[in-house]
Amino acid sequence: MSSLAEKYPDEVEAILAKYPPEHKRSAVMPLLYLAQRDGGGYITKAAMEDVAHIVGISVSDVAGVVGFYSLYHDKPAGKYRIQVCTDVACALRGAEQFAEALCENLGIKIGETTPDGLVTVEEAKCLAACDHAPVFQVQTPDGLTYHQDMDIKATLELIEQWRKEAK
Amino acid sequence: MSEHILLRHRDIPNIKDLAVYQAHGGFEAFRKAVTEMQPDEVTDEVKKSGLRGRGGAGFPTGLKWAFMDKRNWPHYVIANGDESEPGTFKDREIMEENSFQFLEGVAIASYAVGARRAYIYLRGEFWHVARWLDQKIAEMEAVGLLGDNLFGTDYSLRIYTHLGAGAYICGEETALMESLEGKRGQPRLRPPFPPTYGLYGKPTVINNVETLTNVPMIIARGADWYHTLGTEKSPGVKIFSLSGRVNRPGNYELPLGTTFRELIYEHGGGIIGGKKIKAIMPAGASSSLLPATDEVLDTPMDYESVPKVGGMLGSASVIVLDETVSIAWLVKKTVNFFREESCGKCTPCREGTYWMERLTERIASGKGTPQDVETLYDVGRQIQGKTFCPLGDFATMAVVTGIERFREDFDAAIKER
Repeated sequence: MSSLAEKYPDEVEAILAKYPPEHKRSAVMPLLYLAQRDGGGYITKAAMEDVAHIVGISVSDVAGVVGFYSLYHDKPAGKYRIQVCTDVACALRGAEQFAEALCENLGIKIGETTPDGLVTVEEAKCLAACDHAPVFQVQTPDGLTYHQDMDIKATLELIEQWRKEAK
Repeated sequence: MSEHILLRHRDIPNIKDLAVYQAHGGFEAFRKAVTEMQPDEVTDEVKKSGLRGRGGAGFPTGLKWAFMDKRNWPHYVIANGDESEPGTFKDREIMEENSFQFLEGVAIASYAVGARRAYIYLRGEFWHVARWLDQKIAEMEAVGLLGDNLFGTDYSLRIYTHLGAGAYICGEETALMESLEGKRGQPRLRPPFPPTYGLYGKPTVINNVETLTNVPMIIARGADWYHTLGTEKSPGVKIFSLSGRVNRPGNYELPLGTTFRELIYEHGGGIIGGKKIKAIMPAGASSSLLPATDEVLDTPMDYESVPKVGGMLGSASVIVLDETVSIAWLVKKTVNFFREESCGKCTPCREGTYWMERLTERIASGKGTPQDVETLYDVGRQIQGKTFCPLGDFATMAVVTGIERFREDFDAAIKER
C-alpha cells in the first residue's frame, strides 16, 4: 500500500499548511479523516502507522486518538452509517420510536449492518438539530450529511436509492 | 422583535453572500477596528458593552480579551463551534446562514488580541459547515479581507477551520485545545487559564460562535447602543434554542430578560396537544430541572434571574417537558448521555456516571427499590465538586434536582414493578 502522502500529496500538504510547522501533530485529526476515506470507511493499523509517520508521533498516540472520537472507526461496517439522534430533546419528539421502527423495517438491531453490507444503524448523541427531530446523520467514507424532519417512509426511500446506486 | 442582531438572515435574504453582506455594512466594523482603533480600544468597547460569553459560562468577553498575556507571543483566537450540549442548535444556524458576520467577529477579536492565526473548532458532525466556512474564508481572502497587510496596515490574519470527530467534552475549552493539538480531548487543569496558557502553551482567547457574532454589531454601533437591549446587568440579545414538547421548536433571538412564559407560549406556540407543562431545563441536558410554576414561568431569562429559581441560563437551550414525561425516564436519558461522553480522565465522573446509569436504568425500567433512589442521589452528590472539569457536575444536575424536586416520579416508577 502506498502512503497517503504519495497518494494524495496536495491534500496532505494543504492539511499540514493549516498548522504552525512546529506543531504538525495538530494535523492528526484531518489526516485520520483522509485515511478513513482512503480505507473505505475505517482506519487500518497500517494507515495509523502512516499518519504517525507523517506527523512524527507514535502509533499508539494515533490509535489513542482514533479510539477516543466516535466518528473514527477501526472496523468495517455498512457503506452508509445511519446515526440516529435519540438524545433527550429528540427523544421527547419520538426519536426512539423512529430508530426502533427503522431497525424493524431493515430487520436489524441498533449497531448491526444489513446483510448486503449497505446500511449500519447506530444511535448518535445530540446532533444539534433538536428542532428537526427525528434527525439522523449519514456517515460515509467521504463525509457526513444531515437528514432532518425524517419519517420512516422517506428514510426507506433514501435507502432504496442507495441500493440502486450501489448496483 | 423588530430587528435581528445575530439571526440577521431572517431579515436580509442571502446575507450569506459576500456582496449582500457588504451591501449591509459588512466588514466595515473590521475595517474601522484595524484602520481607526488601537487593539486595546476594541477590547475596551467590548468590555463596555457588557457582552458575556454565550457558550454557557457567561464570562465577560472583553475582560477575557484583556487577560491575554502580552509578554508571551504569538497569540491565538479560537472560535468554539463544538455545539454539543443536547438542546443547543444556535451556532449551526449562525454559521450556515449569517456566516460572514461570525467570521467578521473572529477577525475583530483576533485584531483586538493581536492574533494572526485563528481557528474555528467545529464538532465533527458539522462536516458540511466546515466545507461551507472554508469556502467563505476563501472568498474573504480573494478580496483582501483576510491575508497579509489588511487594509494597507501591517496587520495580517488567517482563519482556519478544524474539524473534531464526535466528542462532547471538546466543547470544554481546555479539552478543545488538546484536541486541536492532535491529542485525545481530555481537559487540562485550570488555572492556568487559556489567556495565559492556551493553544500550544500560548495565550489564547476562546469564545463561543454566538459571542463572536455579536462583536461586529458592537463595534459598528457602539457599546451604548448594545446597552439599549436586554437588561441592565445582562445587556444584549440571546438566541434561545427551544426544544422538547412545544408546538414550534426552533431558535428565537430575544432580548435577555425575556420570560420563559413568553418564549414557550408566544414564540413556541405552547405545549403539544394543549397538555400541561411540567418542567423546564433552561440550559440543555446539563440543567437543573425547574418545576414549571408560575414563578418560574415569569422569571426573566438572564444571567442573574435564572439562578434565583434554582437554575442557570447556560447556553439558553430550553428543553420543555410536559405532564406526559416521567422525570425518572428523563434522568435515565441525561445520565446515559454523560456516561457515554465522559472522557474517562478522572474517577468521580468516569465511575460515577457508570453507576448512575445502572441505577437510573433499573429505576426507570420498574425494577428499582427505594434504596436505589437514595443511592443514586448519594452518588450524584458525591460527584459534585470533585471532578476535573464541569462535565462531572453537569452529569449530576438533572439527577439531584430531579430527585429533590420530582421525588414522586421516582416513587411511581418503583411502585410500577
